[in-house]
Parts: sequence; structure tokens; C-alpha cells
Amino acid sequence: MKHSGTNRMSLQFSSRSENEAFARVTVAAFVSQLDPTLEELTDMKTVISEAVTNCIIHGYDNDPDGEVTISAEIEGEEVTIIVSDKGHGIEDIDLARQPLYTSKPDMERSGMGFTIMENFMDEFEVSTELGAGTSIRMKKRIESKKALYN
Amino acid sequence: MNLQVELVHQRNVLITRLRGELDHHTSELVRIQLDEAIQRGQINHVVLSLKDLTFMDSSGLGVILGRYKLIKAKGGRMVVCDMNPAVSRLFELSGLFKIVSVYDNERTALTGLEVVS
Repeated sequence: MKHSGTNRMSLQFSSRSENEAFARVTVAAFVSQLDPTLEELTDMKTVISEAVTNCIIHGYDNDPDGEVTISAEIEGEEVTIIVSDKGHGIEDIDLARQPLYTSKPDMERSGMGFTIMENFMDEFEVSTELGAGTSIRMKKRIESKKALYN
Repeated sequence: MNLQVELVHQRNVLITRLRGELDHHTSELVRIQLDEAIQRGQINHVVLSLKDLTFMDSSGLGVILGRYKLIKAKGGRMVVCDMNPAVSRLFELSGLFKIVSVYDNERTALTGLEVVS
């Protein structure tokens, strides 16, 4: 049997805020296989928390009946994570990515979600369609293992 | 709930100790408890004590910024102490360091507030 060298997982859950912790802990456990540093693991948790919170608040307007999907794969030292919803979609993606911009100022959102994701990951891209949903694809190279062995 | 909020009144200062994880789900609890204490009590300033805060994301920044505005509107100050490097990085990224002072621990934070007020 031929091995592809890629390790995959996927996760599907209701768009309820109590699942934010579940999602970040689960993805962190999957990424732990690469022996990340504590800082890398915290970054990963933060990024997942941001992405899932966006799906819940913006994608589904806090409707708990939506569905959030996370798929992750590890290939070599690189982790690719896709977080998606089938919610409202984002009208103006450039505006949404501006630091401190929020479409929901009345809800005391900080407007830092996209900025944090872009800063903490090596690659970051958003695809969105109004009325169809949003998908965020992110990549990060976990360096710690290499540093340990060299 | 993955977050505990401990409120301690020390003269005109409200010390707020957050223990656990502050995210979108748990930030509501912080908002409600702090707003109630700020509206009700004889409070001028808030010390956010984050020694046992093990996780925070941008929802945490949002709720902190909201309380900062509230206490500032009442003429008071908000200071933060005992933050870990991950929380510190989020403060840096969002520019929160420009508006709140940071101290090593609750004692120095309280001393700092007294010097100013």
C-alpha cells in the first residue's frame, strides 16, 4: 500500500459558543504530533478560536443551528487548516481584514480577529460568497522539532 | 464554564482576577459581572489581574476594551497586571498597551493607581 505522507482529520460541530474551546483544544491535540513549542500551540489555539468565533458571530449571527467544519492536515512539518461555515458570507473582505474594523461595534468586538490570524500563521487566505458561506485556509510550519534535533 | 471571575473591592479599586480561558463564550460573564460591580459600587479604578488567565483571544480584547471605556467615562483608570507572554502579545498587536498601564503584580498596580489618583 502506498502512503501519501499526509495525516488528515476533520471536525464538524454546531455553531454554539461553548464549542469554541472544544475546537481549539482538539486542533491543538492534533498538531501536538509535530512537537510544537508552547508558543506555537498557543498561537494555533488562538487562531482556531478566532476563526470559529467568526463563523458563529458573523457567519451565523449567533444562530446555534449552523454548522462549522474544520479540516486539518499535517504534511511534513506543515499544518494546513481550513475553517468554514455555510453562513452569510462577507460583503467586503478587504474592509473586514482591516485591523480594528468590526461590522458589529455594538457587540464590543475588538476587530482584531483577521489581524491575529494573519500574524500568527505563515499563510492565510479567505474565500467567501454572500449567502453561501466563508472558508479560511491557513498554513503554518512547525519549527520546533527541527531546532531540537539540529 | 471555563472561566472564573473573582472580584475584590479594595477601597475605591475593583480588583478583577480572571482564572481560566477568556473567549467569546466566557467574555459575556466578565462583561455582566464587571458592569454590575462598576455601576453599583463606589469604584474609581479597575485592576485586571491576569496571573491565572491561561487563554485569551480577540473576544477578550473586546470585553477589556469595553470595560476600559466604561471606567474611563466615569473618570477612572484601568490597569493590568501579571499578564503572560501570549496575552501580552495580543495587547501589543491591538494597541491596548497605549491606553492601559501594565504592572508586575497586584501590589505594584495598586501602588501605581494611588500615586496617580
